[in-house]
Amino acid sequence: MMTQILIPVVTMAALGLTFGAGLAYALKIFGIEVDPKTALIITKLPGANCGACGKAGCAGFADALVKGEAVPSGCPVTNSEARKAIAEILGIEDTLKLKQIAAVRCSGGNKAKDKYVYHGIKSCRAASLVFGGYKACAFGCLGFGDCVEVCPFDAITMGDDGLPHVDPERCTACGNCVKACPKGLFTLIAEKNVYYVACSSTDPGGAKAKVCSASCIACKKCEKACPVSAIKVDANLSRFDYQKCQNIGKCFEVCPTKVIKKR
Amino acid sequence: MDSISAYISIIISTVFINNFILSRFLGLCPFIGVSKSTGPAVSMGIAVTFVTTMASILTWTIYEFVLIPFGLEYLRTLTFILVIASFVQFAEIVIQKKSPALYRVLGIYLALITTNCAVFGVAVLNIDMFFLHGKPLAGSFLKSVVQGFGAGAGFTLAMLLMSGIRERLEFAEVPRCMKDAPITFIVASLMSLAFLGFSGFKI
Repeated sequence: MMTQILIPVVTMAALGLTFGAGLAYALKIFGIEVDPKTALIITKLPGANCGACGKAGCAGFADALVKGEAVPSGCPVTNSEARKAIAEILGIEDTLKLKQIAAVRCSGGNKAKDKYVYHGIKSCRAASLVFGGYKACAFGCLGFGDCVEVCPFDAITMGDDGLPHVDPERCTACGNCVKACPKGLFTLIAEKNVYYVACSSTDPGGAKAKVCSASCIACKKCEKACPVSAIKVDANLSRFDYQKCQNIGKCFEVCPTKVIKKR
Repeated sequence: MDSISAYISIIISTVFINNFILSRFLGLCPFIGVSKSTGPAVSMGIAVTFVTTMASILTWTIYEFVLIPFGLEYLRTLTFILVIASFVQFAEIVIQKKSPALYRVLGIYLALITTNCAVFGVAVLNIDMFFLHGKPLAGSFLKSVVQGFGAGAGFTLAMLLMSGIRERLEFAEVPRCMKDAPITFIVASLMSLAFLGFSGFKI
């Protein structure tokens, strides 16, 4: 009886030990040292594996960094401290990239009228499938907060006004909300540009004013007020030229519907 | 010694009639996962062929000289997994050192093959087909090796066909709900049906 148990146990143990020892020995002879830099860099990266760098997760990005195929600023999520640390590990200069923050290009929310009463799934994606959403404005925010859910850094909250609000401190410009919004309302704007147009509708001004009290009615007041002509109305919508904008804020003051916002 | 025709018939059988992916439904994971473009698909096929051939040699040897003498045939599942996993690890280490170029092509796939059931399947099938009452049949070892190679070749063929179709599918107008995985499954099932046509063959 004992031998019946002992033979398989001993045989399997011997096989396992042989293979294990063989592998250990092979690793000693043939083993290749993994670059310790890679492991060190991974600890400095955020570890959210959001994929905003275009690589397969943080480990893939670290690998690319060590190989010189990427620069530390390729990760939009890391703060400047971590970037500096990574640059130090790599022994290169930290090529600074401007920090970007997501902005919502809609100020409708509760101010925009409804087209019909929606009783479906509480998700923007689902709602947008039914005749483009229940809002009378085809471009506007649906307010179910798909963006809040996809934000890995809790930077977006849904306000009482029916609109998402971005916390500039927390936003890392990973771009998840840009992809998630079925209306494409999010855009990444450099941190230094504090003004942006919070409307995306390209309907004619009059039609917009009928359905939403907070829309760009294309009155061109901002265009006339801007001393550096950094804002232009094009296709019924005010648009910034951030190359020229110097954060003067005249447009912000004159906008009658207050769709030019400051953050 | 069997005539050469016996070995040819084993190869034809494993490549077409009993194709490991399309008739036996083994190794479906890489078949769906790595078949997006032809390059990696063929690399994966070659890696699998290498491993199935070597695994056939190793498992046959272990079965004949270790398991049978100790009367441990019932432990073959455990033993074969141990042998295959160790061998793949060993091969990965050696290739990484000796040929970085080959490692870049095959390396990432080798780790996947450790858990590929097609490799384990061919090892078990060799034992089922070429052993009778615990005794190896005539030419058993060579037949096992040939079957191992044939299984890998059949795997490569299926991968190549699938990746070719999927590359064309990229440009086809597939309904949005059927994109990627669903249409791939349908293609796989149609290919499987087509390979069913070989099943009447007698060689």
